[in-house]
Amino acid sequence: MAGEGDKERSGWTRWLVVAIPYAWLLIFFLVPFVIVVKISVSTPLIGQPPYTPTFDITGGIAGLFASARQLVVDNYIFLTKDALYWKSYLSSLWIAVTSTFLVLLFSYPIAYGMARAPRAWQPSLLMLIILPFWTSFLIRVYAWIGILKKEGFLNQLLMWLHIIHEPLTILNTNWAVYIGIVYSYMPFMILPLYAALERLDGTLLEAASDLGCPPTRSFWQITFPLSLPGVIAGSFLVFIPVTGEFVIPDLLGGHTTLMIGKTLWDEFFSNRDWPLASAVAVVLLILLVVPIVIFQNQEQKRLERES
Amino acid sequence: MRTFSRFNVASVTLGLAFLYAPILLLVIYSFNESKLVTVWGGWSTRWYGALLQDEAMLDAAWTTLRLALISASVATVLGTMAAVALVRFGRFKGRSLFSGMIYAPLVMPDVITGLSLLLLFVALGVARGFWTIVLAHITFSMCYVAIVIQSRLSTFDRSLEEAAQDLGCRPFKTFLVITLPIILPAVVAGWMLGFTLSLDDLVIASFTTGPGATTLPMKIYSQVRLGVTPEVNAVCTILIALVATGVVIASIVSRRRELERQRAERLAAAMP
Amino acid sequence: MAKTAVGPVRRKFAPWNDPAAKPFIEFRNVSKRFGDFVAVDDISLAIYEREFFALLGPSGCGKTTMMRMVAGFEEPTSGDVMLDGHNLAGVPPYRRPSNMMFQSYALFPHMSVEENVAFGLKQEGMPKDQIAVRVAEMLKMVKLEQFAQRRPHQLSGGQRQRVALARSLAKKPKVLLLDEPLGALDKKLREETQFELTDLQVDLGLTFVIVTHDQEEAMTLADRIAVMNHGKIIQVGTPAEIYEQPNSKYVADFIGNINLIEGTVVSTAGGAATLDCGAAGTRVVVDQDLAAAPGSAAWFAVRPEKIGVSLSPPADGFANTVAGKVWDIGYLGDISIYHVRLASGATLKATVTNATRLVERPITWEDNVWLTWSRDGGVVLTG
Repeated sequence: MAGEGDKERSGWTRWLVVAIPYAWLLIFFLVPFVIVVKISVSTPLIGQPPYTPTFDITGGIAGLFASARQLVVDNYIFLTKDALYWKSYLSSLWIAVTSTFLVLLFSYPIAYGMARAPRAWQPSLLMLIILPFWTSFLIRVYAWIGILKKEGFLNQLLMWLHIIHEPLTILNTNWAVYIGIVYSYMPFMILPLYAALERLDGTLLEAASDLGCPPTRSFWQITFPLSLPGVIAGSFLVFIPVTGEFVIPDLLGGHTTLMIGKTLWDEFFSNRDWPLASAVAVVLLILLVVPIVIFQNQEQKRLERES
Repeated sequence: MRTFSRFNVASVTLGLAFLYAPILLLVIYSFNESKLVTVWGGWSTRWYGALLQDEAMLDAAWTTLRLALISASVATVLGTMAAVALVRFGRFKGRSLFSGMIYAPLVMPDVITGLSLLLLFVALGVARGFWTIVLAHITFSMCYVAIVIQSRLSTFDRSLEEAAQDLGCRPFKTFLVITLPIILPAVVAGWMLGFTLSLDDLVIASFTTGPGATTLPMKIYSQVRLGVTPEVNAVCTILIALVATGVVIASIVSRRRELERQRAERLAAAMP
Repeated sequence: MAKTAVGPVRRKFAPWNDPAAKPFIEFRNVSKRFGDFVAVDDISLAIYEREFFALLGPSGCGKTTMMRMVAGFEEPTSGDVMLDGHNLAGVPPYRRPSNMMFQSYALFPHMSVEENVAFGLKQEGMPKDQIAVRVAEMLKMVKLEQFAQRRPHQLSGGQRQRVALARSLAKKPKVLLLDEPLGALDKKLREETQFELTDLQVDLGLTFVIVTHDQEEAMTLADRIAVMNHGKIIQVGTPAEIYEQPNSKYVADFIGNINLIEGTVVSTAGGAATLDCGAAGTRVVVDQDLAAAPGSAAWFAVRPEKIGVSLSPPADGFANTVAGKVWDIGYLGDISIYHVRLASGATLKATVTNATRLVERPITWEDNVWLTWSRDGGVVLTG
């Protein structure tokens, strides 16, 4: 009802307000993806730019078609043949799923505790949780190098406590990657969880208790299901970016850590094979399209519900 | 039944400890006398001194600061426009695509965004450098800003805008004079978010940069790969300190305003 | 201006009865659709200058939509909305000579009381010194002079309402539209504000249109009321007309309490309608010119306070009487409501004023009583 009465008589201001960001995103977000697809079906070349064909307007329509005929799907075929790639995709998905679960496992008690804390403390607690989120991602991952390496703090602490006698090799293994991901992405899970849990009506639990339901059962039957929107939002916020994560596997992982983000980087910067890197990106994008669309729908629905 | 049980206290404390321990270690070891990052050699501020001499690092810091300021500001304007379009303009044609383009960058892996933007610049023949990074940062920051402001706008009391129009104020002026001042905290939060994201970005900057434009994250990353000195710790500590101060101040300011407001309302309610 | 009591005519003011009077606000066959939902269904209504008019109805009846069409926040899907002879179609809200007082007051939180009241005047381009004079005048009118520098959150509910009123009157609009003006106030404040509002309206000589779901609000404030339901106007009339001469069961039931007795028309001769009410087990004779065929169904509507309760049967020959047993008594201090169950099983409500300070009332539960009403105590309704 409100939308109708909001008709701007000066239509051009309204048009501009939509058109400018729309155009920006089309040019700088959508068009690049089209280009990535195009490059992914090109052939690598030594030179600038390091791929062929390049679409030249001076050649006219005929020129365009001639260039188009040079497009190849070799890169995609290569991806299916070479084990490195499809193993990287699977490994990335597996690591993403596991990390999402681990992040949820660690974040839930924290978010739950925060929601249960005395009202007066909650803004401060929230600030404390958000603070690491605002500090640099790179810095926080770097901090873990110092902790996890052979001469690092963790080994020093464990040896000092006489729990181990030989330093553990944690850095440059998958374990380090998991630790790094859980650490870096925890705020992304805590915040939506806290928001959902904080909104929970305490009288529901009182009613359950009054009807004979013990606390553990009321948690699983009432609290957890009602916090599900937060769980889902947080899971998407972790799973999707982690799949393509680069910094953590690069700094904390080892040779055996196969993550597609790192593979893409290496393909691009070390091998200078742009078409192949593009193909890797396209396949990754296809893998993530469905989760991204679901995420977007969920968020829109949530926003409409809350307004 | 808001019991803050021992388990709750333990989870929150352990959680906070886990979050802050690495940061604290990093900060402490930036004052390490020894060159070896993990071997304690005594207290020293030599690495901070070394920082001030490190031209390359200072250069990178300055570049990053300019980058963040410019991209955050432009992103805030674009993001606000996008939010207004999403919340106020109903189901206009092409809205789903628009909405998709706003939400997707929030979760899109950096490597994909970075690669695609680089390929765009190459295809357009644009010389890569400081300004291409700016364009890239504006693009993803504006989406975050849009989300923050969209959330605030959707709970905004429309009757205030209607009242203004009823009193003779045209729609655009109403937005500037009534809506914007009231949602200002959200706009500022959006700007700060854009600023931090830009400050922090490594992957996208690496893809879209050109000769002469090195950002601080890129510098830190290359240092880390080459071999670490506690100078990196010093840079990190300064960044952390800056961000922490900013967040704490913002937090305190907003708490104060909220408390003052509550007090005023309580006083007013007691009046006839 | 003397505070007149609520009666059949509030003051000697009835332009709607004058055939030469021209309507000030006019709805001409106005409809408003939101998709499939019809909010306003082909309504034609005339409101006269200096009237205090109320649109009354339950939520969803279309009253708010009608008001918003006058204010300019909605455009009619079909039909015309006229103000002072001008068609308002296509005119945006910021160019209409009407002002609105919002239900939530909609005070600008980041501006002081003074700035809020001055806002509309600034939009007009009025010079600063004139604005200051007008704002002072308005604040004096609502008795908030010393609160000029305060912000809305520093004011109580009643004070905020007065600021909203001052702000909406500052531009001296031709029409003031009020959305549930007394809704947010507590009972005592409401009563005080009621009289202030009506006095203000008469003093300023403006046309007020209010929208409300509260019948008490409408009855006490308005010169005329339009009772609405499902996008249509069921009846328009003065509070007394609506109350004593409802035109339908809906209106009879919506305002106040009513007893509805179903029956069949026996005769409509001689300016009197006779009904055979089997459900009540009685014959009803009403002094009313009824246009209905004998044998058709009709309802007799009589208000509880028009029914007399007695332990002894009436003198013979008195029509409009029925016997029953007291089933329940609602004691409200000033009145008692007797729920009397008739032989047929139907229940009638009769209200008796507790005129004497007796703790033990003469009529109590399970008593056999006779209920009587006069020939002009109620009306016959055919729909």
